[in-house]
Amino acid sequence: MGSEMKKYITYLKTFRRYTFLLSLLVKKDVKKKYKGSFLGILWSLLNPLLHMLILMLVFSTLFETSIDNFPVYMLCGFLTFNFFASSTMASMNSVLHASHLINKIYIPKYIITLSTILSNFIFFAISLIDLVLIMIVTKADVTIHVLYAPIYLILLFIFSCGISLLLATVTVFFRDIEHIYGVLITALHFVSAIFYPPDIIPDKYQFVLSYNPVYYFIEGFRNSVYLGVAPQAANLLICVGLAMVSLIIGVLVFEKNQDKFILHI
Amino acid sequence: MGTVDTVDIEVKNVTMKFRLANERVDSIKEFIVKTLKRHLDYTDFYALKSVSFSIRKGERVAIIGHNGAGKSTLLKIIAGVLKPTEGQVTVNGNVAPLLELGAGFDQELTGAENIYLNAAILGKSKAYIDSKYDEIVEYSGLGDFIHTPLKNYSSGMRARLGFSIATRLDPDILIVDEILGVGDEQFRKKSTQTMINLMNSGKTVILVSHNTEQIKELTDRAIWLHKGEVKEIGDSHTVCDNYLAFLSSNQ
Repeated sequence: MGSEMKKYITYLKTFRRYTFLLSLLVKKDVKKKYKGSFLGILWSLLNPLLHMLILMLVFSTLFETSIDNFPVYMLCGFLTFNFFASSTMASMNSVLHASHLINKIYIPKYIITLSTILSNFIFFAISLIDLVLIMIVTKADVTIHVLYAPIYLILLFIFSCGISLLLATVTVFFRDIEHIYGVLITALHFVSAIFYPPDIIPDKYQFVLSYNPVYYFIEGFRNSVYLGVAPQAANLLICVGLAMVSLIIGVLVFEKNQDKFILHI
Repeated sequence: MGTVDTVDIEVKNVTMKFRLANERVDSIKEFIVKTLKRHLDYTDFYALKSVSFSIRKGERVAIIGHNGAGKSTLLKIIAGVLKPTEGQVTVNGNVAPLLELGAGFDQELTGAENIYLNAAILGKSKAYIDSKYDEIVEYSGLGDFIHTPLKNYSSGMRARLGFSIATRLDPDILIVDEILGVGDEQFRKKSTQTMINLMNSGKTVILVSHNTEQIKELTDRAIWLHKGEVKEIGDSHTVCDNYLAFLSSNQ
C-alpha cells in the first residue's frame, strides 16, 4: 500500500515537472498544422463549414422531412466524431514519430501522446465556433440543458485519451493497425448517425448503433445542444463508463509496455 | 536518508538482454508459416551481465572497454532511456546526458524556441529556462541567428546550441560520451575547456572515453567493462594500466 502511494506521488511529481514540455509540444503542434497556409487557423473554422455544405447539398433533401435544422443536427455529430477520429488517428503514431526523442533521452512517454490529443482538442474547440455561428444564423432554440454539453465533451476527451494510449502502444508492435484502424474509422463514421436520423436504420440493424461507443457521446451532445433536453441517465452513465474503462485500459496497456517501446521503434 | 545523500548512482545487478532474430522475417506470410512451424528462433544477446557498482556524490568515474563492451548500453540505462531486463538503477539528482546534444531539436522552430523545447525535454520549468536563456545565447555565440529557424543552421551551429543548452543548465550529474569539442576550431577549444571545467566543479561525472590519458587526469575511479561484465573497478590509474596491458597482450 505504502509503495503504491509512493508510486502515484512520483507520477504526479514527474507530471508536474513536464507540464511545461507538454504545453510547448501542444503549441508546436498547433503552430505547425497551419504553417505556410494562407488562411492559417481559419481553416479549422472553414473546413467543417465546407463539409457541412457538401453534406447539406447531398443529404438535406433526402432527410428534409425527418430532420429540422439539418445544419445544426449534422454539425453536432460531425464535429464530435471528427475530434474522436482525428485525435486517435494522430496519436496512434505519436510514439513512433517521437522515436528520435525516445531513443535519446528519458521523458515520460505518455506526454507525447497526450500532447497530440490536446492539440486536436484545441482544433476541435475552435471548430465549435462554427456550431455556435450556425445556431445563431438558423435561430436554433437553446435551452438551459446546453450546459450539459461540456460534460459530454470532457467525457469524450477522456474516452479518446484511453483509446489513443491503447492504439499508440499497439502501433509500436504491430504497424498494420494503422491501416486497419483507418478503415474502421470510415466504417464507424457511417454508423454514427452523423448526417441521417438514427431511426432510418431498420430495427434489426439498430444494434450497430448500440455497439458504436462514439455514438453515445454524439447522442448525449446532440440531446443537450440540438434537442435542448436534459441528458438521459442511461446515456450519461454509459458515457461515464466508457470513458473510465477506456482510460483505465489505455493507461494500463501503455504503462505495461512502454519500457519495450525503445526496442521496437 | 543517509545513503541517499552520499550515493548518487546505484547500479545493482543490471542485466540487459536483447533478442536478436536469427532470420529476417519480411512478410506476414513468412511470419505465420515460421511461427506455425516453430521456426522463429531468437538468440539472446547479453549486452550487460549483472553489473553492479555505485557512484558517490561528486565522484568522477570513467567507463572503459572495447567497442561493444556495453558502455553505451550502460549509459543509456543510467540516463533512463533503456530499462534493464533485470536489476535496478537508482539515480539521485538530475542527469544531463551530454551524449545527445540537442535531443528533440525541431528544424522548423527558431533557435530561441529550441532552447525552450530542448530544456523542457530535460525536465526544466519555464521560469528556470527564462533565467538561463541569456547565458545560453551568449555562450553559443549565435547572436541574431538565434531567431532564425534551425533548418537554416549549419551542423556546427546546431552542435554549439545543443552544447550550450546542456552545459548551462547546471545539472547534478554529467554523463559524457567522449570529450569531443564541437563546432569550429575556436568553439571546439572553448567547449572542451568548459567540459573539463564542469568535470572539475564538484559534480558527479560519468565519462566514457578511449583516451586513457584523459581518464587518468580527469577521473578518480574507472570501471572496465569486458563483454558486458565488470572486469575491474578501482583507481583510474591502475585500471587504465591493466586495461592497456590487456590490450597489448591480446594483439
